[in-house]
Amino acid sequence: MTLLFYLAGAIAILATFAVIVQTNIVHALLYLILSLLAVAAIFYVLGAPFAAVLEAIVYAGAILVLFLFVIMMLNLGQHTRDQEKGWLTGRMFLAPGVMSALLLGQLLNVLSQVDQDMAVTRVGVMEVSALLFGPYVLAVELASILLLAGLVSAYHLAKR
Amino acid sequence: MALEVGSGLTIGLILGTVIVFAAMLIWVERRLLSFWQERLGPNRVGPFGLLQVVADMIKIFTKEDWVPPFADRVSFVIAPAIIMTVILLSFAVIPFAPNIGVIESNIGVLFILAMASLGAYSVMLGGLSSDNKYALLGSLRAAAQMVSYEVFMGISLLGVVALSGSFNLRTIVEAQEGMWFVVPQFVGFVIFLIAGVAESHRLPFDIPEAEQEICAGYHTEYSGMKFGMFFVGEYLGLVLVSSLITVLFFGGWMGPGFLPPIVWFALKSGFFIAFFILLRAAIPRPRYDQLMSYGWLFLLPLSLINLLVTGAVILSN
Repeated sequence: MTLLFYLAGAIAILATFAVIVQTNIVHALLYLILSLLAVAAIFYVLGAPFAAVLEAIVYAGAILVLFLFVIMMLNLGQHTRDQEKGWLTGRMFLAPGVMSALLLGQLLNVLSQVDQDMAVTRVGVMEVSALLFGPYVLAVELASILLLAGLVSAYHLAKR
Repeated sequence: MALEVGSGLTIGLILGTVIVFAAMLIWVERRLLSFWQERLGPNRVGPFGLLQVVADMIKIFTKEDWVPPFADRVSFVIAPAIIMTVILLSFAVIPFAPNIGVIESNIGVLFILAMASLGAYSVMLGGLSSDNKYALLGSLRAAAQMVSYEVFMGISLLGVVALSGSFNLRTIVEAQEGMWFVVPQFVGFVIFLIAGVAESHRLPFDIPEAEQEICAGYHTEYSGMKFGMFFVGEYLGLVLVSSLITVLFFGGWMGPGFLPPIVWFALKSGFFIAFFILLRAAIPRPRYDQLMSYGWLFLLPLSLINLLVTGAVILSN
């Protein structure tokens, strides 16, 4: 299981890096899907099968399909690829690199204070649902109202 | 070595049987269709034309494997592999009989939904990478159709999940000891059946590859074994949907004791496969906008009502 964790982690990091440096937008999306699936595998190894499968259904299976759908409609060709190549110079990595380094430092700082050997507890579908519809029911309802608002506005825009 | 869940022998047997069976379905479908249309169908190669599939396979393997120079090579090559992979992976969680299966998963139903949603990439990438307007139109249609029908597919299953109290397909089969779920969940069954046809994009819902309008849709540019993988993938999808209907609504391997459980499973699944082939022979293709509005305006509210009523009944008991 530990090996699987590190393997999935390595794939996730490499794939995410490839998303950034890839100039062909369809290939970048494919790497993003791969990265999300690797994260799903990590969730599974850490004992959260429900989160893992939701990651695969919602992110890899639904949201990125819509991304790909939009890209198909735009039908970007060689022109955008050249434009991307022009933008992707070494200087562009400076500011994001500094900001990511700051975040990484902060993350490492937090992680170093956490007790190292945490036992893996498996959290099933039942436990997640009991929490979602128990203590967090207000958050679930608020999120659903937000989604409803998005749905209504999308409908309104499409009508015009 | 005994047949038990997860042993190497069982896994090998399931993989081999499923693929060979899916390939044989090409012949079965052609013979059944011609039977219903009062023709003979392929009956020359071997007894009853049984070896037609072998002849087709030899032909498809020896054809030139052509990647168009204008195509996006990487996506073009991986697209047919995706559909085969996700459908074969889905078979991993299906309980064929008490002692036959690959893994026992507590998230079996969700796993199959996840694989079904990843299957959409196959047709989308196939069309997009071909750089052909018909292929692009086909994959646009496929994407919209598959994403939409996944929604009702998922919701129609929730009634079964609520009744059995588990996402584990084996537990779902065992919960049907007294009564098959098709009785309390008849609406869910019908919605799942329709969504299953749409997900495997077969006639009458083969709008992504409608020959008369857009050549062959997303696989216009494909030839040789890459086309063969799309083709066999479609039949694998058919077998998968039929097995799922059997497991979720018709008691899986259960039946009177004079036949072994796996035979009951095969008989029930075979019935639904024949039904899907009959659908192809009997019903014309709807228009694209009819398909979408039928899904969102009729199937979605119906599946939500079904879920609500199921929940209310479970609560009141």
